[in-house]
Amino acid sequence: MDLELMLKVYPFFLEAAGVTILLSVLTAILGLITGTLGAAARLSRFAWLRFLGAAYVSVFRGTPALIQLFILYFGGPQIGIQLDAFAAGVIGLGINAGAYMTETIRGAIIAIDKGQREAARTLGLSSWQATYKVILPQAARLMVRPLGVNLNMLIKATALVAAISVIELTYTAQRYIGSTYKPFEMFLLAGILYMIIIYVTGRGVAWLDRKVQIT
Amino acid sequence: MGLDFSVIPKYMDIILLGVGWTVGITVAAALLSFIGGIIFAVIALYAPWLIRQPFRLIEWVFMGTPLLLQLFLIYFGLVQIGIDLPAFVAGIIGLGLHFAVYNSELIQTAILAVDKGQMEAARTLGLSRGQALVKVVIPQAVRAVIPPISNNMIALLKDSALVSVIGVSELTLSAQRAIGKTYRPFEFYILAAAFYYVINLCMEWVQRKIERRISISR
Repeated sequence: MDLELMLKVYPFFLEAAGVTILLSVLTAILGLITGTLGAAARLSRFAWLRFLGAAYVSVFRGTPALIQLFILYFGGPQIGIQLDAFAAGVIGLGINAGAYMTETIRGAIIAIDKGQREAARTLGLSSWQATYKVILPQAARLMVRPLGVNLNMLIKATALVAAISVIELTYTAQRYIGSTYKPFEMFLLAGILYMIIIYVTGRGVAWLDRKVQIT
Repeated sequence: MGLDFSVIPKYMDIILLGVGWTVGITVAAALLSFIGGIIFAVIALYAPWLIRQPFRLIEWVFMGTPLLLQLFLIYFGLVQIGIDLPAFVAGIIGLGLHFAVYNSELIQTAILAVDKGQMEAARTLGLSRGQALVKVVIPQAVRAVIPPISNNMIALLKDSALVSVIGVSELTLSAQRAIGKTYRPFEFYILAAAFYYVINLCMEWVQRKIERRISISR
């Protein structure tokens, strides 16, 4: 193992890890927004909205995220959407993650007992109030752990933007593998950083999960 | 530049060949991940401590890093140690190992969920521990684990797109080839997405059939 080389290049990997973290955070925020909208659509009382939500989930979970990124980044200009690689990465991955989060959020909401809504309505709350004051606060507790799984997948999925040349952790590893012919060393550097990011995120999610549980 | 889908038929044969490769790679990697998953699970549960540890490390690394990075390691790493495999073999190994680790988690849970009495009964009937495991416990565990594993296999189909990055001419790379000649990325990536979606729907259909069969025979 070439330690000297690893010491020489690790600052570039640290910098790239910063990009990966930024990508993950922005993607997670966008994913939560589209996921919430998707869940709202799937639970809507309007049939066409339910259909739209179901189609979103089915199509975006049914095709590779890599192809979705390529359609947005390379195909976008043909239909008037011109994005730089980083923006395309965040938007593409965010909408993809949103499809998975739609199902997580919807699952948590429908897991709340029907009686809760009925009781809230009986007490005089409007349908809107019942959703926001009674159902969602309870559903939010159930969501934390499965959303944590979504987040874990999402962090690993950010590696895909290497294929559209965003200089993040996997792209950096790939570039240095090409120039140094030391695949193992470069994998080790990038892999350790990924595992740190994922470990810390996992602990954060576990902490939040404990925090929101009622004992 | 607007859209023009009329260029597609001319390159349909390249795309269809890509579909064939995608299906082939998915099936081969799925088999590898299934067998590998059983082996990893048995090692994790029954092997002596010293053998268990390196496998735990592998499991940990494979679950904590992106598949794309693992593919680079396997493809270029094998070349570095003098094993020059064709890209598609490296791709199958990479995909297969990655999903073997995820399958192993499911199979471990399923093995532990098989009633202890099964093992005891098999031992009482004179089977050795290994025989009891292979002939009695694992077949039952595998049955219970088929529905969640088939979810993994659908994920594997979609992740097979990643092997295009190491130069395997499957569906994604075939689309890229056609794009290289026509400069029509939107049309061909949409076409590729449509093919993935159709394969995906077929797999979901098979999954439902299998699930129904298992639930009836129980």
